[in-house]
Amino acid sequence: MADGVNRSVTERPIVGPTRGRSVLSRRRFLGVVGATAGTAVAGVALAESGLASAGATAATPAAAHQWAFMVDLRRCDGCQKCTQACQQEHYLAKEQTWIKVYTMTNTDGEQYFMPRLCMHCQNPPCLRVCPVGATFKNPEGVVLVDQTKCIGCRACMAACPYEARYFNWGPPPAAPTLASQPMPEFPVPQLQGTVGKCILCVHNTDVGKLPACVDACSMGALYIADLDADAAVNGLGETVKFSEFLQANDAIRYKEELGTQPRVYYILGHGQDLSF
Amino acid sequence: MVHDRTVVLEDVREAALRPMGRSGWRFWALAGVLALVVVVGAGAYVYQLIGGLGTAGYYDRGFWGIYEANLVAFIGVSYGGALVSAILRLTQARWRAPITRLAEAMAVFSLLVGAAFAVIHLGRPDRMWELVTRPQASSPIVWDFVAVMTYLVATLVFLSLPLIPDVAVLRDRFSGTAGWRRRLYGALSLNWRGKPGQRRLLEQSVTAVAILIIPIAVLVHSVLSWAFAVNSRPGWDSTIFAPYFVVAALFSGVAMVILVVAGFRKGYHLERYIEPKHFRYLAFLMLTLDLLYLYFTFTELLTEGYTLNEQVTPILTQLLAGQYAPFFWLFVVGAGIVPLLLVALPRTRTVPGIVTASALVVAGMWLKRLLIVVPAVAAPLISGDWGSFRPTWVALSITLAGAAAIPLLLMIFFKFFPILSIYEMEEMAAEPVLEPTMSEPAVPELVTAGVVERGIR
Repeated sequence: MADGVNRSVTERPIVGPTRGRSVLSRRRFLGVVGATAGTAVAGVALAESGLASAGATAATPAAAHQWAFMVDLRRCDGCQKCTQACQQEHYLAKEQTWIKVYTMTNTDGEQYFMPRLCMHCQNPPCLRVCPVGATFKNPEGVVLVDQTKCIGCRACMAACPYEARYFNWGPPPAAPTLASQPMPEFPVPQLQGTVGKCILCVHNTDVGKLPACVDACSMGALYIADLDADAAVNGLGETVKFSEFLQANDAIRYKEELGTQPRVYYILGHGQDLSF
Repeated sequence: MVHDRTVVLEDVREAALRPMGRSGWRFWALAGVLALVVVVGAGAYVYQLIGGLGTAGYYDRGFWGIYEANLVAFIGVSYGGALVSAILRLTQARWRAPITRLAEAMAVFSLLVGAAFAVIHLGRPDRMWELVTRPQASSPIVWDFVAVMTYLVATLVFLSLPLIPDVAVLRDRFSGTAGWRRRLYGALSLNWRGKPGQRRLLEQSVTAVAILIIPIAVLVHSVLSWAFAVNSRPGWDSTIFAPYFVVAALFSGVAMVILVVAGFRKGYHLERYIEPKHFRYLAFLMLTLDLLYLYFTFTELLTEGYTLNEQVTPILTQLLAGQYAPFFWLFVVGAGIVPLLLVALPRTRTVPGIVTASALVVAGMWLKRLLIVVPAVAAPLISGDWGSFRPTWVALSITLAGAAAIPLLLMIFFKFFPILSIYEMEEMAAEPVLEPTMSEPAVPELVTAGVVERGIR
């Protein structure tokens, strides 16, 4: 729980502190991200994610983005629109809260809300314990589950320190007939007897759309971020320079002391303990 | 020790083959009840396969529970069977001869049941083969799979090797008949003629397996514990878990050996060969392991609890004084202290007293496994309410089926193979009797005393 550890918030050097929030349009953000895609330093992505090396060629960079996420707890009002949007997007049962809003109590006894999604750890305990490699990290740093490989042993649920994984204990809710089979990037419908979790809506970000929860958050508390572009955007279309915003607002990563290296950053502001 | 004398003890042979004769109504009634329990469990499993693991009582805040406890408990008692036999063989405890077969057979069948629970607990058992085709070496589940498979081979070999000369006895007995028995025993006896070379080879092989099976069994239980302990989850992330699991397995396993030996002794009237002293020796072993297990439990609770770590303390509070406290103290008193007293006090150190103590230990250690699995899963990692695990009729039916399968499989097995190790009992009788020492209680005299009456051939 050393503060020094908690404060090492970005994976890349931070240029300099600037306070405030620069408001850009959503199109502008996606433009920034798109421009960076062409010049993305593939080496960084490759070094970070050993999985990328297999499919990487010179012509097609392995990863155009390095996705991350930010939750501004100062803004969350606990409305749970994010949870509902997520469940609609992925046709989930009510119990499956891939993004879940916890009601927390700070040291003064006051309540605040904390949305928790998959932390997309860069050192994921769930990935290590999976016996058949059904859990993997994609080249863009997103932890995914191949439900056509999962044997349903739940070792990953035991390993995850964030309660972020959910199991299909019975038949999943019906989903409209889709042209494609369920795949890690869009596991719809869920498969009985396998584990599921937040996929950071890679099916949306791949085509320049926001994750369902970010889009649904009318408070602008949730941001999708690209480490390569060093930009983050929320559902209100506000875009910030990611590294500067994190440093200026004393961002932390949840349970940093476990060494999981999450890609989800929290901005505190309700008198929370730095370690929650 | 290889010697030239061969001894045939006709009464031992009669007793060892007694279960293979015509069975009375008691056998069929018991077998019928056990089979019914197994069939109901099998039906419940089909129901679970269709409806999903939710039908057993699982949910996201109780993702592991009764099947995982069963898995550890049944593989644990298997370990006891193998270890008791291996240790008694290696220390050349002569009193072992009438109980090794029962212990080794119990080791195999309870391991099969334990391994079955590893399958039953899976959400997608149809994809089990992926453990072979795409194993990931960093996963403790893969370590479990490799360890249990290795151990299964070891227990099968450990049961089979000493069976070879006994199967030869059966081969000779059925040599005149024309049925499948003659062919079966003829094939399985591997041309055993009892030649000195064959006997030397057998003894060397059994000794080698007895030595090997000890580290293999230690490994299996260490690996089982690591499936829990390698996670950062409070309550599991403990360095003591591996030896703690090993001692738990031994403790419950010796108790299970006592129960199995007592059951078949009574059922087949083997009192002449399995004497009260066998129970006393096994009970002293159980008593030692009881103290060791209580010691491990205490040191785990003390070191986990003393720092008042905010993650671990709520779990310990629930365990010692909260919702799990009745079960925990039931375990401490029922499986720890009462068996200790039953064995320690001469008044209760009788066969019924020892069997009662063993039954308490087997049941209590199963409860303890649930207490290892459930509270750590139920404890909130972030905030909010505790989860729980409430097994449904599906989970309970399948669990009962597993418990019933062990005696049923043993009863079936001894319809085809000798319940006592004829070869070993005859070897003991033929060997020159050494001066009784502290480590070799004076059992052999009784056997050799019988030799004189029955004659040495």
